[in-house]
Amino acid sequence: MIRINCPFCGFRDHSEFTYGGDASIVFPDLDASSEAWIDAVFHRDNIDGVQRETWHHVHGCRMWVVVTRDTVTHEISAVEPAHQGIKLVLEAMTGLSSSDEDQQP
Amino acid sequence: MKRYSAWNVFRNGLSDQKKWDRVWRDPDPKKSYDVVIIGGGLHGLATAYYLAKNHGIKKVAVLEKGWLGGGNAGRNTTIVRSNYMMPDNRRFYEHSLKLWENLSHDLNFNVMFSQRSHVSLFHSPAARDAAARRYNTMRVMNSDGELWDLNRLKREVPHLNYGPDARFPILGAAVQPRAGTARHDAVAWGYARAADSYGVDILQNCEATGVTRAGNQVVSIETSRGLISTKKLGFAVAGNTSRLWRIAGLGRLPIESHKLQAFVSEPLKPLLDQVLAFGVGGAHFYISQSDKGGMVFGGDIDWYKSYAQRGNLPIVQDVAECAMSILPCLGRVRLLRHWAGIMDMSMDGSPFICKTPLSNLYLNAGWNYGGFKASPASGWFFADLIANDQPDPIIANYDLDRFSRGYNIDERGAGPDPKLHG
Ligand SMILES: Cc1cc2nc3c(=O)[nH]c(=O)nc-3n(C[C@H](O)[C@H](O)[C@H](O)COP(=O)(O)OP(=O)(O)OC[C@H]3O[C@@H](n4cnc5c(N)ncnc54)[C@H](O)[C@@H]3O)c2cc1C
Ligand SMILES: [Zn+2]
Repeated sequence: MIRINCPFCGFRDHSEFTYGGDASIVFPDLDASSEAWIDAVFHRDNIDGVQRETWHHVHGCRMWVVVTRDTVTHEISAVEPAHQGIKLVLEAMTGLSSSDEDQQP
Repeated sequence: MKRYSAWNVFRNGLSDQKKWDRVWRDPDPKKSYDVVIIGGGLHGLATAYYLAKNHGIKKVAVLEKGWLGGGNAGRNTTIVRSNYMMPDNRRFYEHSLKLWENLSHDLNFNVMFSQRSHVSLFHSPAARDAAARRYNTMRVMNSDGELWDLNRLKREVPHLNYGPDARFPILGAAVQPRAGTARHDAVAWGYARAADSYGVDILQNCEATGVTRAGNQVVSIETSRGLISTKKLGFAVAGNTSRLWRIAGLGRLPIESHKLQAFVSEPLKPLLDQVLAFGVGGAHFYISQSDKGGMVFGGDIDWYKSYAQRGNLPIVQDVAECAMSILPCLGRVRLLRHWAGIMDMSMDGSPFICKTPLSNLYLNAGWNYGGFKASPASGWFFADLIANDQPDPIIANYDLDRFSRGYNIDERGAGPDPKLHG
């Protein structure tokens, strides 16, 4: 079982979450070329190593989080809110950057 | 190669069966080949066999980083069927099923292909209509399909949960009688032995670590057993495709690697004569009984991307729940083993057998969890593509550019999300 340290709920089993996908995808502007869109929608780095990916805490706080995880060992090195605004508020409240609190208990 | 026959078994019996030849040679790599295939799974081995047999190209090597059949070839649940809907897949998988029907004879190796029927349950009138449509499509294309009502199903598969307490009451099943199972190891060994008999070098413990290019041409391959040069190169490495693609300096692919688990129980007396599939309301489960009596079954992938060949526990629970809801008689049966393999999940759930940006490099990948049944046709058409440098019309849409043409071969209609295809 992978344990994910949700920034809002704390450590939870990954079975409380659903996997989104590759968080490195940046969708281009609406009027960008179709090549740019095809690349963003269909092509993946498919990294064997550390990647950033989205998960949805669907059986918890229902927030989307970005998890930095090794796809070979499944080791997680950071979890942060996917929404940049919420991330900043959270950091201001706790005085921490969320990636500092990655140690598993 | 000494042919296997009743006569030869008898004759070798006179010397205690001790005078058989090695089944395939264990050669050292040559300096150069006409064709090198990376990946000693079913697709790579079948490709080498058909290159030699159909096209007379025999200076061929298959490079395998581990041992033959150590990848998905030896990890799958061995279901063979051709009940696909999309035209490209219909033609391709039907061709594959026809090759399966004669494979043991063709290879002179018993692959234990057993056409025991694939029985796919439905649980609502809407699902029955969808099944009827699919099976009519198959019959129009001269394949086989049947719809079984509840009476017939109860007669054929008596142990299912037909009770009133079933969460999803069973209404009937869509059946492909020519579908079934085969012995996966035997398929790998049979192809390896037959390819070897044509002079193909099967190089185990030989990992490809680099691809040397001159412009847009491959010149040679760096391997753990030295540099090997080749006129043509084929990739058939399933879940490792993106790694190799990067090694060749080619960037990104419409593929993600996910893992799929499989399970086998302790051996039981004959219980289930068919391959059974159960899929409704988020459940996904398929099961058959091996000749040794073990119940062989599986479900969904592990849901998150992974290169680890080991499965997670929530899926074990999911699969066990499916088993209990459809075959409650398995409740006290013990699991013997369970394992996982890395799947090359593609963006539309369909494969690639195609040319690449490099002029003499060819790609075979994107098999999702359906690549066992595909192995004969995959090798057949990949060999043809490599030999003739152009795709047969049947695989013309299995190319990397189909997405830019707006052409998706999406059986499930799930969209460009690899984890949703099956
Ligand atoms: C649990 C499970 C259940 C499945 N069930 C079914 C089923 O019921 N029906 C069905 O049709 N399909 C099924 N499949 C899918 C099927 O097994 C695969 O699609 C198919 O085996 C893939 O093709 P292959 O045999 O060539 O792959 P593999 O056997 O994985 O072959 C690829 C080989 O390439 C080698 N390799 C990788 N990188 C390198 C390198 N750099 N150098 C040298 N060698 C390298 C690997 O070691 C490996 O042996 C299942 C898969 C799994 C994992
Ligand atoms: Zn949460």
